[in-house]
Amino acid sequence: MSPLEIVILLPLLAALAIWLGAPARATSVGAAVVNLVITLGLVFSFKAASAGKAGFAFESARIVLDNPAITFGVGADGVALILTLLTALVTFAAVWQIGDDKPAIYHIASLLIAAGALGAFLSTDVFFLYAFHELALIPTFLMIGLYGHGEPEHRKAVAWKTTIYLGAGSLILLAGLVWLVLEFSGGGKLTFDLQALRAQAALTPLPIEKQAQIFFVLLLGFGTLVSLFPLHSWAAPAYATAPTPVAMLHSGVLKKFGLYGLLRIALPLLPQGAQVAWVQEALLFMLLGNILVMGLVTINQKRLDDVLANSSVMHMGYIFLGLAAGTEIALRGAVLLMFAHGISIALLFALAGRMRNQLGTLEFSKLGGLGEHAPAFTVLFAFGAFASIGLPGLANFAGELMVFVGSFMNYGSTSFGPLQWAVIVSLWGVVMSAVYMLRAYRSLFHGSAMSGLFMRDPSFSQRLPLILLAAVLLIVGCCPWLLLNLIKSDLAAVVAP
Amino acid sequence: MSVFSIEVGLAILGLFLLALEAFMPAITRRTLAAISMGGVALAFLLFLLVNKSATQMPEFLQAYQQLDTLAIFYKGFSLLITFLVLWLTSQCAGYLSKYTVDGRLSEMFSLPLIVCAGMMWMAGAKDLVTVFVSLELVTVSFYVLVAFARKSALALEAGVKYLILGALSTGILVYGIAWVYGATGSLTFEGIAKALANPETVKLPVLLGAALLLAGLGFKVAAAPFQMWVPDVYQGAPIPVTTFLSVGSKAAGFVILTRVIDTFFIQGSLIASEVHGLLLIGGALTVLLGSLPAIFQTSVKRLLAYSSISHAGYLLLALSAHGSTRLDLSAGGVVAFYLATYLPMTVLGFLVLAILRINGGGEDVTDFRGLAKRSPLLAFVMTVALASLAGLPLTAGFMGKLFVFLGLVDQTAWGALAAAVVGAAAGFYYYFKTILAMYTSDSSSSSQPIPLNLWTKAGAVALAISIVVLGVYPRPLQSMLMESPATASAAAH
Repeated sequence: MSPLEIVILLPLLAALAIWLGAPARATSVGAAVVNLVITLGLVFSFKAASAGKAGFAFESARIVLDNPAITFGVGADGVALILTLLTALVTFAAVWQIGDDKPAIYHIASLLIAAGALGAFLSTDVFFLYAFHELALIPTFLMIGLYGHGEPEHRKAVAWKTTIYLGAGSLILLAGLVWLVLEFSGGGKLTFDLQALRAQAALTPLPIEKQAQIFFVLLLGFGTLVSLFPLHSWAAPAYATAPTPVAMLHSGVLKKFGLYGLLRIALPLLPQGAQVAWVQEALLFMLLGNILVMGLVTINQKRLDDVLANSSVMHMGYIFLGLAAGTEIALRGAVLLMFAHGISIALLFALAGRMRNQLGTLEFSKLGGLGEHAPAFTVLFAFGAFASIGLPGLANFAGELMVFVGSFMNYGSTSFGPLQWAVIVSLWGVVMSAVYMLRAYRSLFHGSAMSGLFMRDPSFSQRLPLILLAAVLLIVGCCPWLLLNLIKSDLAAVVAP
Repeated sequence: MSVFSIEVGLAILGLFLLALEAFMPAITRRTLAAISMGGVALAFLLFLLVNKSATQMPEFLQAYQQLDTLAIFYKGFSLLITFLVLWLTSQCAGYLSKYTVDGRLSEMFSLPLIVCAGMMWMAGAKDLVTVFVSLELVTVSFYVLVAFARKSALALEAGVKYLILGALSTGILVYGIAWVYGATGSLTFEGIAKALANPETVKLPVLLGAALLLAGLGFKVAAAPFQMWVPDVYQGAPIPVTTFLSVGSKAAGFVILTRVIDTFFIQGSLIASEVHGLLLIGGALTVLLGSLPAIFQTSVKRLLAYSSISHAGYLLLALSAHGSTRLDLSAGGVVAFYLATYLPMTVLGFLVLAILRINGGGEDVTDFRGLAKRSPLLAFVMTVALASLAGLPLTAGFMGKLFVFLGLVDQTAWGALAAAVVGAAAGFYYYFKTILAMYTSDSSSSSQPIPLNLWTKAGAVALAISIVVLGVYPRPLQSMLMESPATASAAAH
């Protein structure tokens, strides 16, 4: 049994145990800690495990169906491992910060979402990659609909909107994947195995126009799941409404599935599809929508949860920029940015959740001067906010820089095309991030305190997961090579010729 | 000993039970249930044994019956669903007897045995007369079963509707058979296939016969535009009978459809393209007319009825993928696969509905409120069942839909595929609506815990597990159905 299978099954088993009556908090935190330890072990042993072989490490495959060939196969390359680490870290923080007064379903839902994300990141079979993501759909839906913030009518509406968007996106995605599988099976046996598909793609690439068409369908499917403009409108209300652990896990981890899918399936199998002019232009249009339109929308928000939710949509634009460029540097930057964004947004949502619990409101106009009584809280928030802006020394900076540089160079060509213009325009997004994040920080923590609304610092035990996330931001920010070294040749194969 | 003697034994046991109460009025419900369930269970065990050793049939039957993979599969399927229906009936016996004359239930335990025998004969039928006779055996028994709860007005309405439309569809079916016989000069599938492949056969009468035949069968499997009776009949019939209709009767209809379509799609067939078009249009229409009205339903029983229609649509679309060689399963194999995945989720859904009903609840979505508090187990298994009906991955329902979608993409039937996708998307809404209700609790919902006996728990969990297992590890089921292309086409040629 591969250690990766344990990593996937552990949260599922823990969720089952809690449902059967095991103590919720102890079980879920225990499972999250064990998973984190295993993942760290995998990260450290990855070099040895993957030495001298192409493809995936820690592999295992169990045949589930002969034709169409579907295997429950797991395996990790650097990209998958980085996202697994992200999932383990965020899961740990998310289940740790769930209060004792919350019902057990909070833990069950968090674990199920985590299991879905882990399964999706580690599967080497397109079928299970897709299936595991879907697994996380029900708990997300239930948690938003039942325990979300706001009026019952409002949260039900948000839950439905989210589910319909994600469901429709998944169906489009499924159609694209099936199309892909049928095209690559070339009249023979159908296979969902990623390695087999890759081999087939290398052997007989599809005609370029067909690549572009399939890529576009996949882009719409995956894009809906990552809140790509203009398919994004579910995301901000969902995150603002969702209970804290769900918001942390969904925006921090699960949403990355769409990007991961593009990186894992669409780009390697359809290397030229993304570079066809009309696809490229459509993608640039959409990602600039993410950065510019959502940037302006975010600036205009009046509540912290809305700012965070919208900023989370906006930041996807940078990652898409990296994918659109398709150079190795940009892709590595995109992966790093996926990790960094996941950690920083999870930290911010955790903090916002605490604030809402203590203060009962997150409106800027009602809050101020919170820093005076909660210095530790303020510092932690600063870590998240500054990382989100892209301050050097914190993880997001390295990722954003690599994306911008990698996209601007575009295979070392000196021509100045749409991509270069897109880079220049999206740089203004950084300014917008600074505007809304600094404004939020100032109006919440500085100035004069409003009457009766004081924050206390979290207790040490409650601080622990937050400090962990902040520390990761700092460490990866200062030493990004720790993660980047894990990605060896994985992305070189993805880069278009 | 052969499969045939098991079928005859079942029919005899059914008749015996029917007569039993006349001579022994004091016999209890429990005894009747035990005898009939025991009988079916024994039949199932014997079937598994016989199936391995001697599949030969008695000489005199060979002209009318065949025992290919598909036939064996459907015979086992019939036994299984009959057993589950009897089990469900014994669970509901208490509340069902309130609606029957003198509280008697004996026919509820004897008629399903006769239905089962009929379905088993149907599975192996080689000619249209055998098909017709066994189909009538099933349908006539259902006329009684549907209207069984005679003190309920809804049940009577359902019974009358089912009787009239059933009789009408039978008429259409016979008319179709007559035309086909007139045009091809044969009643056996083999003979019809031969005539269809012969270019000298006159096309128009065959086509008319085929269309009438498909219309008659369309009534039986609830295919559009002959689906209108389904919601009312499903709602009025007692829950075990609804389950039986939804799974058993549908499977019976589809085994015949599979045989008929195999025949119509014979190499060089005159009417292949027309039948193919009919299947695609009918299937797409059925999916839409099942899924879209389901969105507006407030009763879970009616919702499951519409869902049953939309599943019939997917099954028709699966049949249209005839001749696709990309999958190891023939179109008939995919249909059988889909039905096998459809069985546990439907039975589980109706089981939960029945338990709510027994405990004084209604059948509306609002009656599901707070179920998670009243019985976490029921809420959980119902979530699995509904997720599977919606076709969420890692459940059985997704595997079935995947095969259908692959088949549609393979024959580039984009219109039908679009309808299938719309149906699936609508499914997300109406199944999730029920899921959400189960986990919502407010002051208006009952908070009384639901008592469950051990058998109910075990049965519910077993069904839920089988849904997940079929969704994650469908390989054994597929290989069970795998030989079907060879044998089925050999039989058709």
